[in-house]
Amino acid sequence: MEKFVTFTGKAAPLFRSNIDTDQIIPKQFLTRIERTGYGAFLFNDWRFEQDGTKKTAFVLNDERFSDASILIAGPNFGCGSSREHAAWSLLDHGFKVVIAPSFGDIFYNNGLKNGLLPIRLDEALVSALAERAADGAGIYLTVDLSERSVADESGKIADFEIDDFRRYCLLNGLDDIGLTLQNEDKITAFEAKAGH
Amino acid sequence: MSTLYDKIWERHLVHTEEGKPALIYIDLHLIHEVTSPQAFEGLRLAGRQMRRPERTFATIDHAIPTLHRDRPFKDPIAAQQVATLRENCREFGVKLYDLDRIEQGIIHVFGPEQGLTHPGMTIVCGDSHTSTHGAFGALAFGIGTSEVEHVFATQCLQQTRSKNFRINVEGELPFGVSAKDVILGIINEIGMGGATGHVVEYTGSTIRSLSMEGRMTVCNMSIEGGARAGLIAPDETTFEYLNGRPFAPKGEAWERAVEDWKQLSTDEDAYFDRTHEIDANRLEPFVTWGTSPDMSVKITGSVPEISEAKDRSEADSFERMYEYMGLEPATPIEKIEIDRAFIGSCTNARIEDLRAAAKVAKGYHVRSGVNALVVPGSMQIKNQAEEEGIAQILLDAGFEWRDAGCSMCLAMNDDVLAPGERCASTSNRNFEGRQGRGGRTHLVSPTMAAAAAIAGHFVDVRDWKFKN
Repeated sequence: MEKFVTFTGKAAPLFRSNIDTDQIIPKQFLTRIERTGYGAFLFNDWRFEQDGTKKTAFVLNDERFSDASILIAGPNFGCGSSREHAAWSLLDHGFKVVIAPSFGDIFYNNGLKNGLLPIRLDEALVSALAERAADGAGIYLTVDLSERSVADESGKIADFEIDDFRRYCLLNGLDDIGLTLQNEDKITAFEAKAGH
Repeated sequence: MSTLYDKIWERHLVHTEEGKPALIYIDLHLIHEVTSPQAFEGLRLAGRQMRRPERTFATIDHAIPTLHRDRPFKDPIAAQQVATLRENCREFGVKLYDLDRIEQGIIHVFGPEQGLTHPGMTIVCGDSHTSTHGAFGALAFGIGTSEVEHVFATQCLQQTRSKNFRINVEGELPFGVSAKDVILGIINEIGMGGATGHVVEYTGSTIRSLSMEGRMTVCNMSIEGGARAGLIAPDETTFEYLNGRPFAPKGEAWERAVEDWKQLSTDEDAYFDRTHEIDANRLEPFVTWGTSPDMSVKITGSVPEISEAKDRSEADSFERMYEYMGLEPATPIEKIEIDRAFIGSCTNARIEDLRAAAKVAKGYHVRSGVNALVVPGSMQIKNQAEEEGIAQILLDAGFEWRDAGCSMCLAMNDDVLAPGERCASTSNRNFEGRQGRGGRTHLVSPTMAAAAAIAGHFVDVRDWKFKN
């Protein structure tokens, strides 16, 4: 996994509640066996008509947000299906951060394990950020993971919470499996004791 | 004083370290074709082996056709995915229940049916409906593909402890109200993200009175309330269901296991971070009207009006849902006409569900213009239903009778709603496009789906005239 320390990018507003992983990456793309190439299908049914033409009203089809890399979403983002393809498709499209009042548990974990940073902020603040992002030329935000803070062009606007260990793994780009295998003797001991 | 969740958690702790997530042992890992290929590939790229391949079981369910499974798949990419699972299972030594096996079925129907699911176990699968297995008092939850790979390599997961949430349901279920209505009612009250960060334990006389099939229906949809897992403490109903199944302990080992399983219950006075009470007498058959599972109303009700929304954000959601679902506010639910009915999925495709649907269908015929599909949860259930005469009743009533798989629950195969088609479905998610782009899903119980298929619109199954 790539290290994640600080990141600055343009914010795209998609402030709807309960955006489920079926919307993020519809099932017709889940038959692929690769981990890459899902960006083209991100929010497919919201972005494209059945014949493939772009739905102009959808935020990611607005030219102002074509280079957005921070998504501002509503509560319970990524609820529903466990498909990790949701995190893969956001990353592959160019998103590095999702800011929302809350997340589905499985999506939240999947994001962290892929270097897509999910940030929980107060709902009123997220809603205000979404409004600012939608106005005029949009806004750029800077996320500092080591400081656990989010800033706009004029300075810090919020602190966020993240599990210390997860933060450490992201900052150092550490591989979960490698870390667990450092405790292989303990797994072996557990198996012996449990009679497995 | 511990909860059932605390007890299972403690039993599986491999290692804890200050400031780090706990390492917990995984007893059983279930896999299917859709969320495993990238995990196997990850192992291969890192030159790692599976730690305990004999603790992983595979079947094929998500993208397979429910007709003519012996013929080559129409979708070459889905065919490749299935072929990849076969190769991976062969290479890494994982037992696969392939399409030619009687045991094959939806992974969460297959596991319990084969007796793989035991009380007190930790069970994971790259599928959010893994919560189904919680019906046995097992800690079971869905994981992403990175975690699937982690379990392959280590037979463990790094986990932070969830909070405890008790949902207590008391009272006798009224006639015509099923386990599906219990869980739809719960989600209606707690909301779609209502249990996020929690493991829910379902307790109370109503839950105790449910069969294992009913308990699985309840636990299955825990994730629709955002819960990490759902749990029901094991009891005689659990033991009776498991006894004699292929992977259940036998002889003396069975006796020992039951003694141990009896210890698996929440201590009196154990602390719950949250509790919620439901009075079963107040429950009615539910029908979802919107595009999230908490957007349900009682069959006697109507599509809510915008003024009934909790806040501005919910009002916005209502507007989107009216449009997507093609519904006017205040429309009585019984006036909503359907084009399709789907009886199936890991929520409601077990033998008891099919029996209940057949009881409603007996002596009737599916309304002209309605297409109704019954997809058993496993090939074993399909066989059993055929032997019991249930399949014939459903066929005589004009239902289609298919082979086992996930089918139109997520429509990865040919069983798909056309844009604008409206479906009474026994599945678990009514998300936009879930059953097909532009498709409109109403979640209901098996009896409600069968009755709607026959009437051509939603009806109150409590008033149904059964023909014996």
